[in-house]
Amino acid sequence: MNMDWINSTMWMPLAGGLIIGLAATILLYFNGRIAGVSGILGGLLKPTKSDIGWRVAFISGLMISSSVYMIASPLPVATIDADVTTLIIAGVMVGFGTRYGSGCTSGHGVCGLSRGSLRSFVATISFVGAGVLTVYFVKHFIG
Amino acid sequence: MKIMIAFVTGLIFGLGLILSGMTNPAKIIGFLDIFGNWDPALALVMIGALIVSATSFQLIKKNKKTYFGQQINLPANNKIDRKLIIGSLIFGAGWGLAGYCPGPSLVSVMHGGYKPLVFVLSMLAGMGIFEIFNKIGSKKNT
Repeated sequence: MNMDWINSTMWMPLAGGLIIGLAATILLYFNGRIAGVSGILGGLLKPTKSDIGWRVAFISGLMISSSVYMIASPLPVATIDADVTTLIIAGVMVGFGTRYGSGCTSGHGVCGLSRGSLRSFVATISFVGAGVLTVYFVKHFIG
Repeated sequence: MKIMIAFVTGLIFGLGLILSGMTNPAKIIGFLDIFGNWDPALALVMIGALIVSATSFQLIKKNKKTYFGQQINLPANNKIDRKLIIGSLIFGAGWGLAGYCPGPSLVSVMHGGYKPLVFVLSMLAGMGIFEIFNKIGSKKNT
């Protein structure tokens, strides 16, 4: 029971994190690009011929990863409590916010902090802070 | 070659997200719920990623060139401005509402039912709104 708790709650996130760090390393070392998902996706809305290919390739890899994962093991359970209206509002906010603030969890949180960017540090504090306050507000006053 | 690398990187990145638990919105909300029933495990995702990439980024930065000898595209902007903070606050609030950030939502589109799809389409709409907003803003400035 105790070992199980350690396995599921600690090692998987840590292992997943190491793999994410590896992916960010490969993209920077070989392609000279920051692995920021919102930037890579958002750049497709205003594409330039030279970089449309790698952007589509990265996003495709990301989307197909769930199918590849399923070859080895069933996907972990995902519980989505938000209803459709909330998902739409949240989606628009995430899309707009990440582009307006130039990054998301991967671009600012992983890559930005990795290269010691103060700008990304401020962004990360801001989005985690806003996330914490939002969850607090939703749990205590709405849901 | 670069396209192949981008594809493989996306794939590895996605596998990391699935393994780490980031694709479960309930777990994200549990991580953000520090005043309630806080589940700190996802902090380890960030720690794990930073252990690898903070080390490698320092080495790559010293090289200044990629493996193929090309320029590395690091963001040049160092300004901490209103856009950065307001944008991040809006993103964070949306993240807290749904429990999805961009990467995990894209990973979940194929096998996650209609909800991740609704989120991703709305996210694309939000990015589209940004492009329009940006265009109007840059016209005003010139």
